[in-house]
Amino acid sequence: MATEALHHRETVSLADDWSGGRLPYHVGHKKLGMWLFIVSDAMTFSALLIGYSYVRASAQEWPTPYAFYPSIIFSTVMTLCLLASSFTMVMAVGASARQDKKRTRLWLLATIVGGLAFLILHGIEWMHVIEEGLRPFSLPHEWAERWPKAPPLFGASFFAITGLHMFHVLTGVLYLGYIALRVRRVRHEDVEISGLYWHFVDLVWMFVFPLVYLMSVDMTK
Amino acid sequence: MAEAEEAAGAGAHAPDVTTADAAHAEAHGAAHHGGHAAPTSFIRKYIFSIDHKVIGIQYLLLALFSVLIGMIMSVLMRMNLSWPGTKWPILGTLFPGGAPNGVMSPEFYLSLVTMHGTMMVFFVLTTAPQGGFGNYFLPIQVGADDMAFPTLNMLSFWVTFVGLMVLVAAIFVSGTNYDFSVIGPTGGWTGYPTLSAIGHKLNVPGMGMGMNLWIISIAIFCIASLLGALNFITTMINMRTRGMSLMRLPLTCWSWFTTAILALLSFPVLLAAGVLLLLDRTAGTSFFVPGGLSDGTQVIDHSGGSPILWQHLFWFFGHPEVYIAILPGMGATSHILSTFARKPIFGYRAMVFAMFAIGLLGFFVWGHHMFLSGMSPYTGMAFSVLTLSIGVPSAIKTFNWLGTLWGARIRFTSPMLFAIGFVSLFVAGGITGLVLGQTSLDLSMHDTYFVLAHFHLVMGVAAIFGMFAGVYFWFPKMFGRMMNETLAKIHFWPTFIGVYAIFIPFHTMGIGGMPRRYFAFTEYAFLKSMDPLVQFATIAAIITALVQFIFFYNFFVSIFRGKKAGDNPWEATTLEWVTPSPPPHDNFGGKVPTVYRGAYEFAVPDAPEDYVLQTTPDAAEENEPVLEQGEVQVSGNGGNGHRH
Amino acid sequence: MGRVLAVVIWVITLASVLLFTNGKWWFPPSISEHGPAYDRQFLITIIVVGVAFAAAQIGLGFAVWRYGAGRTGTRATYSHGNNRLEIVWTVITAVIFITLGVMGQQVWAQLHFRGAPAGSAQVHVTAQQFQWNFHYPGTDGRFGRTDPTLINDSSLNFIGLDETDAASKDDSVISSLVVQVNRPVNLRLRARDVTHSFWVPQLRYKQDAVPGLDIDVHFTPNRVGRYEIACAELCGQLHYKMKSYLLVLPDNEYRTLTALPQAQFQKRVTELFAQPQYQVQEF
Ligand code: HEA
Ligand code: HEA
Ligand code: CUA
Ligand SMILES: [Cu+2]
Repeated sequence: MATEALHHRETVSLADDWSGGRLPYHVGHKKLGMWLFIVSDAMTFSALLIGYSYVRASAQEWPTPYAFYPSIIFSTVMTLCLLASSFTMVMAVGASARQDKKRTRLWLLATIVGGLAFLILHGIEWMHVIEEGLRPFSLPHEWAERWPKAPPLFGASFFAITGLHMFHVLTGVLYLGYIALRVRRVRHEDVEISGLYWHFVDLVWMFVFPLVYLMSVDMTK
Repeated sequence: MAEAEEAAGAGAHAPDVTTADAAHAEAHGAAHHGGHAAPTSFIRKYIFSIDHKVIGIQYLLLALFSVLIGMIMSVLMRMNLSWPGTKWPILGTLFPGGAPNGVMSPEFYLSLVTMHGTMMVFFVLTTAPQGGFGNYFLPIQVGADDMAFPTLNMLSFWVTFVGLMVLVAAIFVSGTNYDFSVIGPTGGWTGYPTLSAIGHKLNVPGMGMGMNLWIISIAIFCIASLLGALNFITTMINMRTRGMSLMRLPLTCWSWFTTAILALLSFPVLLAAGVLLLLDRTAGTSFFVPGGLSDGTQVIDHSGGSPILWQHLFWFFGHPEVYIAILPGMGATSHILSTFARKPIFGYRAMVFAMFAIGLLGFFVWGHHMFLSGMSPYTGMAFSVLTLSIGVPSAIKTFNWLGTLWGARIRFTSPMLFAIGFVSLFVAGGITGLVLGQTSLDLSMHDTYFVLAHFHLVMGVAAIFGMFAGVYFWFPKMFGRMMNETLAKIHFWPTFIGVYAIFIPFHTMGIGGMPRRYFAFTEYAFLKSMDPLVQFATIAAIITALVQFIFFYNFFVSIFRGKKAGDNPWEATTLEWVTPSPPPHDNFGGKVPTVYRGAYEFAVPDAPEDYVLQTTPDAAEENEPVLEQGEVQVSGNGGNGHRH
Repeated sequence: MGRVLAVVIWVITLASVLLFTNGKWWFPPSISEHGPAYDRQFLITIIVVGVAFAAAQIGLGFAVWRYGAGRTGTRATYSHGNNRLEIVWTVITAVIFITLGVMGQQVWAQLHFRGAPAGSAQVHVTAQQFQWNFHYPGTDGRFGRTDPTLINDSSLNFIGLDETDAASKDDSVISSLVVQVNRPVNLRLRARDVTHSFWVPQLRYKQDAVPGLDIDVHFTPNRVGRYEIACAELCGQLHYKMKSYLLVLPDNEYRTLTALPQAQFQKRVTELFAQPQYQVQEF
């Protein structure tokens, strides 16, 4: 193997990487495919976030109902869960690179726990705002009174964007669960790929959090 | 092994290329995308096949079905425009709601327009050229044994199929208020809100359930297309066989690649828009519906949204989409022109760069559909200038096609005839884009038949001619039999003349001010003088449409009766012609082709024939480093670096 | 075969050019100040692209005619292109296209970059399925307040005009657009339900009326007469007959008309429609 490596190093130059017969980016199909999927999925979220910004910008008024406590604290905790899960994911990939299947599985499970925690907290939050009276088509009474000129789009954009993101987290959890189960049989690259997806889902949240939550903080309280 | 994995872990950044590759050798040796054994059961072989060749043909058949529907609809539209109020008893029985006792109703006409447009753009021009030919020939032309993700490939097709079924269903359920009065959605293929969002609340016929199904169908289609797209891109980047460097790729591959990139970036946006529109209709949200609207008695309970937002999202997809429709046609045309001109393609690099330029610019001109939508006039101006600059790469391609024909030895086979027709029609349709692209001139031309003339010539028929050329050219490879050349030529002449006869008059109708999506032109004095043109176009359309059945007949009969085709009936040079017709399950029967030269080496001086296959070795290149690594072997599964 | 194809291509080209040049099917005569400028720009563009079209087609036909394989057994010339040529025609087309693009902004800029000149007439236009409503401020020059909740078709209040508002006392809302010849008019376009588009071919002017937006457009009609207003954006089943009239009046007529109270306004317009000089032309 080592000698072969040597034999290679002489002949492989960048030009050759593209001359066919090899993987130009040194990534297999699955990983490249995942990168491409991430690109297109990013387009979907961009479209949604731009749409949200568009209607919000063109609105005379937009509700800023989130009290720093509890709402923002709460959503920050959610954010931390995701961040933590990203960290554990890194550990998982590291472990799998070391062929340490046992630890890989443990870290994956930790990641799943993080994801589940996020989902549960998010679910609670949804129930909370829905009890408050937020609907896709209307604002709670108090809000409507505080921001009379505000369009009913807060709920629409909130549920649409966070809903789609939640769906991504959910599929991510299932995906990781699958990898964790078959961790002895899957290859290192598969763990990496699941990692790519998971980090992407977190990254998306890092856009959703400021745009949907922080920008709706109630400064008066 | 361990440290190899390590390196692979670092992925693309692995400093030690070698071990990284080694790792992937390991990795993909095990992978079971390609390299699958030929299935035996009928279902796995012809229905849920993961063989890109079968899937390609499935896409073609889907497109043929859609184009037949779309074509019949277009003829119905024409007949109504020429002879409004005529009784068509069959319609009466088929669509009691849409054509009560056989007389076409305005809403029925609009649903025809909508369905015609949707069918043609999505299920014909986004399926056959890419999903059909691309699927079948991209892997073969790059020397792979299948797509990168065969199962995903099958999934893409069947999802597309479901999308089509949902769209067809939409025709039958779309009354006013979710009833079953048998007319399709009537929002046009662009589905502009607020009509599409609150149409049912305004009791507009055809805005009920069918409109939801229309949106769902499009959304499903988006998912299928972007899955397909990432499959194409991966295949082209990772699975090129030894020696198939980028500048040796057939232009068809480049066109499928660019198209895939466009699809990957534009369909997600339409998907998002579609979801939002569906929410507006079903969940009562107001993304596209502003406040203060009224149905004449009470205010409509929406507020805060913007109809323009939809237009931005739709056209951000929509313009790239039209290039998605034409680029594969351009690829096929270049490929076929060079082959039958018996001459290398003129300015290969220029062709590739032009394609990318078109693709890139295509993302920055969507606003030219919205000059009069209430968008800022300054934005309009910016879009306008960008729009005209997009003519330049298209012009480059046109000139290069002419350059390819110059000094050629043209063989006038049926594919060549259609390829030449493509060039002619593309110019005819393209240049009017330069009229529409000017904000000032769009003031009068927007939403008139001038627009219809533009896009029917360039899309409605140039792109379709690309497909015809492709069918006649690749049929022998796909089915191992030739299509009937005489019938093919009988099909060409009336079609070529016919489509011009239909669509050239559209220009002057548009200049005269004839608006599109009109059920009848009887209401306006300024349209009276247009009548002869309307009649003429209709007659031409009917004849042209009838002629298409020669094609359908020739296609289906030749599958069984056509005379046997050799491996390389056209004396062409690219990889699909070095393998039997039809190719074996793994495309090259176990042995992996190695490529030694460019894709279009025709008329090479002092070569035995006037064409040199890409696989013909060549003293000069014999000892190229790439080839030294005998052990580095390509095979579809997981690409390469795969030891044997 | 090649020769036949060449001839067919040339004949099609010729036929197309003839269709454009015979003048039988062309723009209706212009009635707006910017019309001539529009027509000039259109003519220049159509000539440029027409020449390009003809050139490309003739070239294509020539190649097809000249380079058929039939006669000569010899091989095609072995060439991979010519970079100088590439550069030359790229530059040429770039220049032509960009120039066209820039020229194509003049009329646009004139109409959209500066607002209506002072002293131009004001009309508020509310499009609905499937009719146009034109709201005139009356003698006080002030528009009465409108409110969607007041819209009620059965009581013919199509735009929700608030009768109680003082400013709306002398307003009139009728179904056709009346303007004064050679006087700029500023339209404020609104839509009540779905997107429509205000389109008068003779004006060389079209603008969408979009729900939720107030879009101001201005132009100057310069020919007395009656012209058809069509709707150019799909708005539902009766889109094809969402029709109204643009009535361009000489000064005196216009003044007497606009002085009239709401009640007689519409009546007077109908009378004018009957007069010979206000018949809609066919062509
Ligand atoms: C295959 C599909 C396709 C293609 C390739 C194009 C190509 C182009 N289109 Fe087209 N277009 C459509 C499909 C397509 N279009 C559709 C479907 C619509 C309507 C959508 C709807 O509303 O329903 C539309 C509408 C449309 C509009 C909006 C009209 C309106 O609604 O008001 C505009 C405006 O700018 C436009 C412009 C262009 C331009 C500048 C090009 C350019 O890319 C063309 C470039 C090509 C050439 C320029 C010709 C070749 C060049 C030469 C021969 C060189 C020699 C020429 C000279 C020296 C002058 N198109
Ligand atoms: C690919 C796109 C495509 C094609 C081929 C056509 C083909 C035709 N269209 Fe189409 N048309 C559209 C796309 C297309 N159209 C779109 C997008 C709209 C706008 C809809 C809207 O406003 O919302 C429209 C609208 C439209 C209108 C305007 C309706 C209105 O605004 O009121 C009319 C009216 O005459 C019309 C007529 C025709 C006719 C007579 C043909 C004739 O060409 C029919 C003859 C058919 C052919 C010449 C092609 C046959 C092809 C094959 C058999 C290929 C098979 C091969 C394979 C699949 C491999 N079309
Ligand atoms: Cu109003 Cu079309
Ligand atoms: Cu466009």
